[in-house]
Amino acid sequence: MGLLEIKNVGKRFGGLKALDNVNLSVAENTVHAIIGPNGAGKSTLLNCLIGKLIPDTGSVMFDGQSVLGRKPHEINQMGISRVFQTPEIFGDLTVFENVMIPIFAKRDGAFALHALRRVLSDRDIVERTEMMLADVNMLDKRDAHAASLSRGDKRRLEMAMCLSQQPKLLLLDEPTAGMARADTNNTIDLLKEIKHKRDITMCIIEHDMHVVFSLAERITVLAQGTPLVEDSPDNIKGHPKVREAYLGEAQV
Amino acid sequence: MDAILLQILNGLDKGSAYALIALGLTLIFGTLGVVNFAHGALFMLGAFCAVTISKLFNLSHKASEPSGVDFLGNPKYEDVLYVEDWFGERLGGWMLDWSVPLSILFAIPIMIGIGYVMERGLIKHFYKRPHADQILVTFGLAIVLQEVIKYFYGANPIPTPAPEMFRGSFDFGAALGFDANTIIYPYWRMVYFVFSLVIIGGVFAFLRFTTFGMVVRAGMADRETVGLLGIDIDRRFTIMFGIAAAVAGLAGVMYTPINSPNYHMGMDFLVLSFVVVVVGGMGSLPGAVLAGFLLGVLESFASMNQIKSLLPGIDQIIIYLVAIAILLTRPRGLMGRKGVMEE
Amino acid sequence: MLGLNKKDTTILIVVAVLTMAAPFILNPFPTNSSLAQFNAGYPDLMQRFVIYGIFAIGFNILFGLTGYLSFGHAAFLGIGSYSAVWMFKLLSFNVIPAIALSIVVAGLFSVVIGYISLRRSGIYFSILTLAFAQMSFNLAYSVLSNPKFNLTNGETGLQVYGSDPQYLKGSGPDVTHIFGLEMRATETLKLGGWSFDFNVGYYLCALILLVSFYISVRIFRSPFGMMLRAVKSNQQRMNYTGLNSRPYTLAAFVISGMYAGLAGGLLAAMDPLAGAERMQWTASGEVVLMTILGGAGTLIGPVLGAGFIKYFENIFSKINDNVLHTWFAALPDGMEDFLITIVHPFVGKGWHLTLGLMFMAVVIFLPGGLVQGGQKIGRLFRRRGANAPGPEGEAARKQPAE
Repeated sequence: MGLLEIKNVGKRFGGLKALDNVNLSVAENTVHAIIGPNGAGKSTLLNCLIGKLIPDTGSVMFDGQSVLGRKPHEINQMGISRVFQTPEIFGDLTVFENVMIPIFAKRDGAFALHALRRVLSDRDIVERTEMMLADVNMLDKRDAHAASLSRGDKRRLEMAMCLSQQPKLLLLDEPTAGMARADTNNTIDLLKEIKHKRDITMCIIEHDMHVVFSLAERITVLAQGTPLVEDSPDNIKGHPKVREAYLGEAQV
Repeated sequence: MDAILLQILNGLDKGSAYALIALGLTLIFGTLGVVNFAHGALFMLGAFCAVTISKLFNLSHKASEPSGVDFLGNPKYEDVLYVEDWFGERLGGWMLDWSVPLSILFAIPIMIGIGYVMERGLIKHFYKRPHADQILVTFGLAIVLQEVIKYFYGANPIPTPAPEMFRGSFDFGAALGFDANTIIYPYWRMVYFVFSLVIIGGVFAFLRFTTFGMVVRAGMADRETVGLLGIDIDRRFTIMFGIAAAVAGLAGVMYTPINSPNYHMGMDFLVLSFVVVVVGGMGSLPGAVLAGFLLGVLESFASMNQIKSLLPGIDQIIIYLVAIAILLTRPRGLMGRKGVMEE
Repeated sequence: MLGLNKKDTTILIVVAVLTMAAPFILNPFPTNSSLAQFNAGYPDLMQRFVIYGIFAIGFNILFGLTGYLSFGHAAFLGIGSYSAVWMFKLLSFNVIPAIALSIVVAGLFSVVIGYISLRRSGIYFSILTLAFAQMSFNLAYSVLSNPKFNLTNGETGLQVYGSDPQYLKGSGPDVTHIFGLEMRATETLKLGGWSFDFNVGYYLCALILLVSFYISVRIFRSPFGMMLRAVKSNQQRMNYTGLNSRPYTLAAFVISGMYAGLAGGLLAAMDPLAGAERMQWTASGEVVLMTILGGAGTLIGPVLGAGFIKYFENIFSKINDNVLHTWFAALPDGMEDFLITIVHPFVGKGWHLTLGLMFMAVVIFLPGGLVQGGQKIGRLFRRRGANAPGPEGEAARKQPAE
């Protein structure tokens, strides 16, 4: 029984079958990558996991509970955090506040009316925020406005926001899309470091084979809305079906 | 039955005005993505175009009367209208009588011009600003326009009559086989209804059958892609703003005989027109028209005495209640498309 | 002090000094001088300053923090006034129960209206609140003033009559009071040519303003306030961070509705009268203007904006052609007439025109409001003063907009 169990999930948009009978299991403490050509249904699948879309058929179980029909904030409270393709951060707030908010959310739940308390007098939160920022080497930028950060730092900040909640599952949607090679390598190192430091399950959707093969422990290949194969990276590389469907042009 | 028919008819003229204003609002929102709180002011400016033309036609000068002197022996003077001087008594008198419909000829270029200046001079700079800023700046503009009109024309309503031949009423009751005098409907309101249908039809045909309209519709659906095709979409949108202004203005011109225009009529209509747009579905032109007529008729039903005795004052709030109910059950409005302004 | 950091304490003290010393500050010119027309230290005007200040502070908690632009907050102001006058009619002229009820009733209304309106955001939200306010206006103006069920007294406005029960009145005074101390009671201090008015009603309002302001500072610095800013900044990220934005925005809406109710109750406490025109959407627009003029999202901005607008409303409305003639008397005749023709449309009854132009000018040229404008100017001077960016200048630049 994996941490995340996707069973018989199907989703149609009008006449288009975006997902067709997807079965997928993400085991605890692994890095699982989902790859596939454009239009294979990767993003649709991800959106079904976080409550943005509701599949027509099938079930998605996380940690023994169904996530279907739940609102995004409820799904997050179950222990799923998400990193977006373009970093989604609170641009008008400082870096420090950006990290404090998810920690508050984790501790106090989806809503808490602490209207007269002082943010900075909450030692517990402040300390955890400082630790998290130290972890990602951003303590020196704590008072900067998040919108003024470089793209790489924004990505780093978003990861810190997600990790500060100590999620059971971290979903990453093309975390290196549009990045320069150096930035991509930094991100890979960051993710490796995270994996090394704590027990965490990650599910990565990625285009860049370099990223996939340096991180993933399991790989699922999606094509035309259905999983083609699921195997370890080494086996995937040599798999004839995958070569044909996808890797043929990618020159691994 | 006859009472129902009467209420439907009564609702049509207000509904026409709502539909025309809401149509313009939707055009502007759909093309430029701007929420125009000054649109009611454009309706009001149109009405005051008619007032101005009517006042100009009524300008006169003193001329000595050829017939001689009054009983004190002083030469007698009479007021001679310039229009009668210039165009002869018959044509001049006719122009005076038909000043409201004739105002259309002047109102179209004036309103397009005002719309053009407004878009180029102000709205243009707000495309990239948040919606809140757009609302605020157009709200400010609406106040300014209304106060300017108040300064020049005063605060009192200015009666502006319809041409003589439309001043009577038509007895629908008799014509349709009910008792005579049960369904009396003023001619001018019929004219207004037909006029609004023509305008609405014109706008739809323009968007549907001309290349210009096609590009604009494409731009409403996906502005960026159309821009990439090398089509100067902004220019066309500016022209659409002018057209929307003209539609609101014409609605105002022709409305003057129904309700004497005053400086705050625009604001009164604006709030309701926004409700109409929201009920119809933001960004949907047919939705705006449909909701305009529906709400107009509904309002008129609510003002029937039988209903008012049950629920006093319901006519004052019915539109809001319906709007709230629709927004709660169908957040996209009656005919709204998915993805338009869904934040 | 009081759980605030040094900077916020300073701001609070500044506001406290300004409001407490307002009778002096606003009457800088001797009573008989020609400049006395610019004085603003009259009890009723000062009361309006602080009452609308409270209104704007509350509005800023919603608009400034969450970015939700309500166009219907005047409805709560009106509801507060009506509730207060009903308390006068039923109990007595004591203002305490009246103010308490106005906050509670406005709060209840804002729960309902907020719950419905906040199902949508952006312009939908603005239009929904506008529709609700307009509906409330119609209700108050005509629907709820029918003979069978007269709650608002329609066009005349709700007021207290001798025939009203006033069950708790006893031998209390016939004007609004707080435990016997009349609101209209005024001490006048004469110093040379100057005269200063100290009014009970004003000081009551000013104290309430201080408390309101203090609460708003606390909200701004609280986790709740931070969440509200997160709503404005990126609602999607907020939801995917496990926070439910709906109750946050609703709480902000209700709090700001209660502030508006409080302001409405105070208006009635100063003058026991409530009319529907207080709920009209132009009134809602006015509080928006006060907030953005001062600076939305800043602490002190709304108070400044409210004072600014109410002051100029008063001054501009007083200026008529006679005043203009005395102003420009020194100029040659033609010039004088010309200037008067130019200025005339903007003063006296033309105040609304000036207001509209100001509205546009602020949105176009000064989106951050007076506070940001002041900061810009301040920074300019500082940079000129000390060209080398020392640690102090550095710190000043880092300060987020207050």
